Amino acid sequence: MTEKEAHITVQDLTMAYGDFVLMRDLTFTINRGDIFIIMGGSGCGKSTMMTILIGLKTPAKGRVLYGEVDFWGADQQTRDRIIRRAGVMYQSGALWSSMTLAENIALPLETYTDLSPGQIREVVKLKLALVGMAGFEEFYPSEISGGMQKRAGIARAMALDPEVLFFDEPSAGLDPVSARRLDDLILELRESLGTTMVIVTHELASIFAIGSNSVFLDVSKRTMTATGNPNQLLAETRDPNLRQFLTRGEKS
Amino acid sequence: MTARGEMILEQPSADTLKVILSGDWKLGGELPGADKVQQRLEGRPGVRNLVFDTRELTSWDTGLLTFLMNLGTLCSRQKILLNRDGLPPGAQRLLELALAVPEKTDARQAEGRVSFLAYLGNQTVELFRSAGEMLEFIGDAVIAVLRLLRGKAQYRRSDLGLIMQAVSAQALPIVSLICFLVGLILAFIGAIQLQLFGAQIYVADLVGIAMVRLMAAIMTGIVMAGRTGGAFAAQLGTMQVNQEIDALKTLGISPMEFLVLPRMLALAVMMPLLCLYANIMGILGGMVVGVGMLNIGFMEYYNETAKAIGLWNLGIGLFSGLVFGVIVALAGCMRGMQCGRSASAVGDAATSAVVTAIVGIIVSTAVITVLCNMLGI
Repeated sequence: MTEKEAHITVQDLTMAYGDFVLMRDLTFTINRGDIFIIMGGSGCGKSTMMTILIGLKTPAKGRVLYGEVDFWGADQQTRDRIIRRAGVMYQSGALWSSMTLAENIALPLETYTDLSPGQIREVVKLKLALVGMAGFEEFYPSEISGGMQKRAGIARAMALDPEVLFFDEPSAGLDPVSARRLDDLILELRESLGTTMVIVTHELASIFAIGSNSVFLDVSKRTMTATGNPNQLLAETRDPNLRQFLTRGEKS
Repeated sequence: MTARGEMILEQPSADTLKVILSGDWKLGGELPGADKVQQRLEGRPGVRNLVFDTRELTSWDTGLLTFLMNLGTLCSRQKILLNRDGLPPGAQRLLELALAVPEKTDARQAEGRVSFLAYLGNQTVELFRSAGEMLEFIGDAVIAVLRLLRGKAQYRRSDLGLIMQAVSAQALPIVSLICFLVGLILAFIGAIQLQLFGAQIYVADLVGIAMVRLMAAIMTGIVMAGRTGGAFAAQLGTMQVNQEIDALKTLGISPMEFLVLPRMLALAVMMPLLCLYANIMGILGGMVVGVGMLNIGFMEYYNETAKAIGLWNLGIGLFSGLVFGVIVALAGCMRGMQCGRSASAVGDAATSAVVTAIVGIIVSTAVITVLCNMLGI
């Protein structure tokens, strides 16, 4: 990555539920190929931030640019077209419960590609194998554990080889080994496919291991207080809230 | 041996109040409250320090801690220094933990009491908003149907098949039972009146026309509202809670086409067929009374029924069935899609779907009846 090209730009954004302002004056850039961490304490609006980025919730104020295109200023069709290039892993997996895992992963492929059923079957097999779930094709979401649902959700998010992948709390509820494997998978996908990763998390181990860029949402100030590489932030920050967050409040 | 929690207040100097705690300070027992300390303080404005003596304290739990928290609030209000040194070490540490994060005061609170006028205003605004939402949903559904007619709608054929099975074949037992009994009841009520004139044979006309033109469709509609409308709302509501609908949207797949359309289609196709079946069951119910109790011959009853039911009656009944099917599907899907993100919201959605569907069925029955009357059919 020699030069950095902005992939998603957030300008002057305000998030609100009705007249309750959650966060204001958010401005940051997610570059192509970044592993971008959205971090902050519970209830700071990390997940809400993500719902705005993926087009589920309208921001109260401000703009989100995908490349040069104003995402929320565009019409529904443009938004659909942009978001089709993104994959989303939801907090609980959000697999469609009436379909098997194979059907879950196949649906985006059936909808947006001209692959034959045989080819789709192969892609499904590969994606499930990538998240360590080979052989689970014919299971229904209710028949597997929460951690597995999460991983299958990642497999579905990756189905179309998206340009950008969003993860909502990917390692919450996973055992340490699976969480580590997930981090490796994220790194590997970035390396091999150049996918931009946007990760909502407060898992410190992951933040330092894979994050190349980040934004910290400070719940007490209702705005962002820092952006940059998390390791660098830890070394340089003088903000007590951020330092406390990055060190689990332990005194150094 | 457990002793009751007791408190003695002493004042060793003019600016210090000593709280001596003894016995068991455990929840469930009768413990002295912080108001006792407050009463004591009221007469003495000079007190600046509050100290504790807990040497006689035998055991404690949350009961002591809540007392201390209340005392803490009281002290900070009256600007009195609360000295925790005399407390048991465990209680000191827990208090420190509880006070580590300051109380959040700017978080959004549940709305307090509102005046009657404000409540009325809010409800009115809400009514208009929900009417708008309903129209918008119906509009979206029409667009989805148009896309279906142009062959562009995205849905899974296998889903449609499963839903069709669930709303038709699996509903047959309950529809059979209810419509058979309704036919029977109608025949009984009619028989008593008609026997007075020796006109028992007209029971066949009465049951036939009532069932075919109206009752079969209404009874099936209400059964389906409870059975299928509620199920649709619960299914879609749970999908909303699980973010499954979000997952569809972010894939650019319209939930309207993928989820609502097959449900609407299934009920629109299956309801007239169910009505037809319900007609037969209703007439059978009437026949049991006619043949068994009124001694009308089987063929006689059949011929009288066939003569009474015109094609128009049958058509109106089946058309009503179609309308009710669409109403039940729309009400169920709409409430499901509007569902909030909690378990109780799913329950509310199912309840509201059934109510909406039944209201819709009754209102549209009235409209159809008036229209038929005006057209003279």
